[in-house]
Amino acid sequence: MIPLGHYLVVSAILFAIGTAGVFLRRNLITILLSIEIMLNAVNLSFVAFGRSHGTVDGQIITFFVMTVAAAEAAVGLAIVIALFRHRESLNPDAFTSLKW
Amino acid sequence: MPDTLLFYVFSAVAIGASLLVIGQRNPMYSIMLLITSFGALSALYIQLDAPFVAMAQIIVYAGAIMVLFLFVVMLLNAPQEDAAQWDRTHPLRRPGVSRFGAMLAALLTVQLVWALLRVTDAGAAVGGRGDVAEISSVRSVGRVLFTDYVFAFEATSVLILVAMVGAVVLAAREEKR
Repeated sequence: MIPLGHYLVVSAILFAIGTAGVFLRRNLITILLSIEIMLNAVNLSFVAFGRSHGTVDGQIITFFVMTVAAAEAAVGLAIVIALFRHRESLNPDAFTSLKW
Repeated sequence: MPDTLLFYVFSAVAIGASLLVIGQRNPMYSIMLLITSFGALSALYIQLDAPFVAMAQIIVYAGAIMVLFLFVVMLLNAPQEDAAQWDRTHPLRRPGVSRFGAMLAALLTVQLVWALLRVTDAGAAVGGRGDVAEISSVRSVGRVLFTDYVFAFEATSVLILVAMVGAVVLAAREEKR
């Protein structure tokens, strides 16, 4: 069997990749994708811990994380569409003014 | 042994695909690679005796959320990052704020490694405790979901309704008056 620590390491690496993506990319859609990577890393931790404790709670929290991710993606992409309509750009550096 | 091998293969696929996601300039490729990463992750969930989560990962994440992303990328028709206008340099070699961000990401990695080294029972194999059939069956997941977590479940439905209304309001074209 695979030790719990290995799952946690994979989860940590994925989370770090997601964080790096949020900081380094200059594209709103890629930033949202990086957030999805981070949420998935957390999901993997939840399921691994739940399995290691012998309960289903980890899977249920994962289910809630997925629904929240769906809501976040819907609202985030709506904001991206609205921003793109005003500026014709996806670069977050283009949105520096508070009002247009 | 095949279990361990499969774990390493799918972990490598998930991590590699995620790395390529943030390495791409074209969001279309990023989304395709992220779907690959989600597929590998769902294989890991199956190894963890969580078939419900694995299927939800494929159907909800790869099937619904990623299609939403693809739809927006196609709708906006902006495949490339505005590289020419702002920067063509590699993100790690960019000055100022970006380097600070990269430093923060590296700091987070160091912290995570430090925390993982302090986990005492990290060597214990998962699946030591609990009955596999009891944990992995959708029936038991559903029973706990609709009894212990029923309030959270209902609150989630309200959240999704609010998100739907919010998305429609935000993305709707402003009417000319």
